[in-house]
Amino acid sequence: MSASASTIDPAAVPRLGTGMKLRFDQVRGAWVVLGPERLFLPDEHAVEVLKLVDGTRSVAAIAAALAEKFAAPAEVIEADIGPMLRDLQTRGAIRL
Amino acid sequence: MTPPFPPPPFPPPMGLIMEVTHRCPLQCPYCSNPLALDPVASELPTEIWLRVIDEAAALGVLQAHFTGGEPLARRDLPGLVNRAVKAGMYTNIITSGVTLDDRAMATLQDAGIDHIQLSFQDIDPRENDRVGGYEGAFAKKRAAADRIRGAGLPLTLNFVIQRHNAGRVADMLDFAEDLQAERVEIAHVQYYGWGLKNRAALLPTRAQLEDTTDVVEAARERLRGKMVIDYVVPDYHAARPKSCMGGWAQRFINISPAGKALPCHAAESLPGFTFPNVRDMSLAEVWESEPFRRYRGTDWMPEPCRGCDRRELDWGGCRCQAFAIVGEAGVTDPACELSPHHHLMGEAAEESAAPAPPFIYRRMGALVAG
Repeated sequence: MSASASTIDPAAVPRLGTGMKLRFDQVRGAWVVLGPERLFLPDEHAVEVLKLVDGTRSVAAIAAALAEKFAAPAEVIEADIGPMLRDLQTRGAIRL
Repeated sequence: MTPPFPPPPFPPPMGLIMEVTHRCPLQCPYCSNPLALDPVASELPTEIWLRVIDEAAALGVLQAHFTGGEPLARRDLPGLVNRAVKAGMYTNIITSGVTLDDRAMATLQDAGIDHIQLSFQDIDPRENDRVGGYEGAFAKKRAAADRIRGAGLPLTLNFVIQRHNAGRVADMLDFAEDLQAERVEIAHVQYYGWGLKNRAALLPTRAQLEDTTDVVEAARERLRGKMVIDYVVPDYHAARPKSCMGGWAQRFINISPAGKALPCHAAESLPGFTFPNVRDMSLAEVWESEPFRRYRGTDWMPEPCRGCDRRELDWGGCRCQAFAIVGEAGVTDPACELSPHHHLMGEAAEESAAPAPPFIYRRMGALVAG
């Protein structure tokens, strides 16, 4: 993935893709992303991000919330979640 | 000494595929249903489908797929969908769309349907109607797409590709883009059952396949992040087999209209199996039954699969294809160039250079009578 493809405008507001759902599966004891004939079992970092994707929070706001939760610098978190959001976008899980 | 503990249960299935009926207004010559179609009198009653849906959710199934035949031919479909929604599963209907009128759409929306996949036979209306054997089908499908959009549901368009329409994939993708579909499947015919019967009429040449691949790859680049394009190729020009169903009985349970539980919709074609029926077995028992364990994982594999570093990527390919082409279900899929039977695929692919014979349409009794 090129640098430009993984750079995301901090003001962008991600939302779940049409028909995508984040659910906790009791049988597996794991979060799952369900969508049109596809599903993912996101890793723990992606789960933390996806829980904050609500169509109103910006990328910067998501990074700030995670920075507070995990006591880490927001700019580090922002840099970390950029490629992850791009990947989720490519899979159709979120829209940016 | 190892104590004789029973093996631990296999991880639960991800998806339940419910072929609720084999009835269909269309007669596509590549239909994925078996040549021997289940008659309406043999179809499971509503109460057994409801029980199966509840058992699936308890077992860990995440997605409930309603297909057929044409699933809308069952009047109880909205009730089945609603039960799956209430049980917490993601619900999907795979439809030809020709009977998806305003009333059907509203009823399914009320039931809580999550997603609808709408199939097309071609982007050229006349060819679409010829392949489906249904005059006026394209116009009805087009209207169904608008209804799905109007309901605010995610839309998947499915185009089935064969030698007669392989040159129009770019137009199909433009059409999907205009409709703002979330997802489009450019799915070459898979050659089992009716598709195998009609192979000489359907299989594209290698050059046609390569053209469609180029068109799909360019569109994927252009539409990245906007529309997901799933691409399925025919095995006949392949060097490696597909990971059929994500491995035998590893991700899915398929239920036939009459209640037969199968690792895939084509598995009924395999000899030497007595597949369980959900009329007399729970889905949990089905998942651990002998037919489901027979080709699960890698223990069953012969060479060259056994020592291959792709054995957990493609799981040896497709058992039904191994049987259809080689005559043995338990050998490497001949689509693999490492298979000693790979030449049989190449010889069959030569059909694609010859003029196409007429279609044998999929109809109840079409073959029994002839």
